[in-house]
Amino acid sequence: MTTDRRIAWKPQAVILLALIGVAAWWLVYRSLEPFASWFAFGLLGLSSRSPLGTAVAFFVFEAPKVLMLLAVVVFGVGIVRSFFTPERTRRLLAGRRESAGNVLAALLGVVTPFCSCSAVPLFIGFVTTGVPLGVTFSFLISAPMVNEIALVLLFGLFGWKVAALYAGTGLVIAIIAGWIIGRLKLERWVEGWVYQSGFGEAAAGADAPLTWNERTELGREAVRDIVGKVWPYVLAGIAVGAAIHGWVPQDFMASIMGKGAWWSVPLAVLIGVPMYSNAAGIIPIVQALLEKGAALGTVLAFMMSVIGLSLPETIILRKVLRPPLIAAFVGVVAAGIVVVGYVFNLVL
Amino acid sequence: MEPRLIEILGSGCAKCEMLAKHAEQAAQELGLDYALTKLKDPAVWARYGVMATPALVVDGQLKLEGRVLSAEKLKELIA
Repeated sequence: MTTDRRIAWKPQAVILLALIGVAAWWLVYRSLEPFASWFAFGLLGLSSRSPLGTAVAFFVFEAPKVLMLLAVVVFGVGIVRSFFTPERTRRLLAGRRESAGNVLAALLGVVTPFCSCSAVPLFIGFVTTGVPLGVTFSFLISAPMVNEIALVLLFGLFGWKVAALYAGTGLVIAIIAGWIIGRLKLERWVEGWVYQSGFGEAAAGADAPLTWNERTELGREAVRDIVGKVWPYVLAGIAVGAAIHGWVPQDFMASIMGKGAWWSVPLAVLIGVPMYSNAAGIIPIVQALLEKGAALGTVLAFMMSVIGLSLPETIILRKVLRPPLIAAFVGVVAAGIVVVGYVFNLVL
Repeated sequence: MEPRLIEILGSGCAKCEMLAKHAEQAAQELGLDYALTKLKDPAVWARYGVMATPALVVDGQLKLEGRVLSAEKLKELIA
């Protein structure tokens, strides 16, 4: 940027400011829980055993906590993603063989900027430049499912184990489902015009590498964009979670979503697939379900099917995929999610 | 002189509309003679090598992909 009119900060000053910022963030973050207890039980004088008291304390603690975590992680991810443009990912995946290609694609799906609204141009760019169909699907499955918002919320609300479990199984599903789609040889169900589209023929102008200023700008942009968009969902989700936390009796969910109810996993996936919500809206509700005795596998399966498979995305993909391929995509991924749900219910 | 050709590549999503609006504003503030078109056909995006929408093409040159910038910043790309 040649016309940048901002003051050129000295690097030392930037680092110092960043350190002060991190320290302040950490102090505020650590005092949220005592503050929430003081607010609900001290200031408002609610009983710590009443439904209203626990619900209020829950909300006042969780809402700022999740938003603070989200802002930090979205900023960091925004910077990381400035190193992984879709173009670069495409070049990394072009000509890869299956198996190793599926693994790489699923991993890159996590760090490459992706919005389901761009699924169509991305799909065209991949398959017309030598990325195998199954490898492309590994990317398209992991990108929405294993995203930073889901991971932050899972980490913030359940701790690192559940977050790692979710990321790990999400990647495994993306790798295996993509591999199966590749084995099924479904290329003939891609719309014919896609392969004739002459990808990049009119492209001109190479990208200059970004400066660190531009990368932090991308990080800030991501925070404005994403946190600005999802905060109402986070608050609504946490409010519902708080209500369940306060009023729904303990173990209420155990009978319908517990380990004993074998049909609950496929049912959770059947309900979850047509539902569309971002991770921000669904996870606080999921938390409350878990707390009241729902089984972890069932709840994870529900969450994955809501976030990873969505009706709007399949409708968008219809532009480039014919119905049998869409059906194979949804079917294979849904089956993978059901298996994951059962495995967790068995193992944990 | 030919008018500057500003093309917005996108499906008509909210972000695409915002980019079109900002580009229009930038071109007007620059006092350019311009023509703005919205291209909604994925086959056309592919020819420009675009994999993330919205994207901005100025006189056949891809200037921006997968992002929305303010009118102020777009001026540099359009001028």
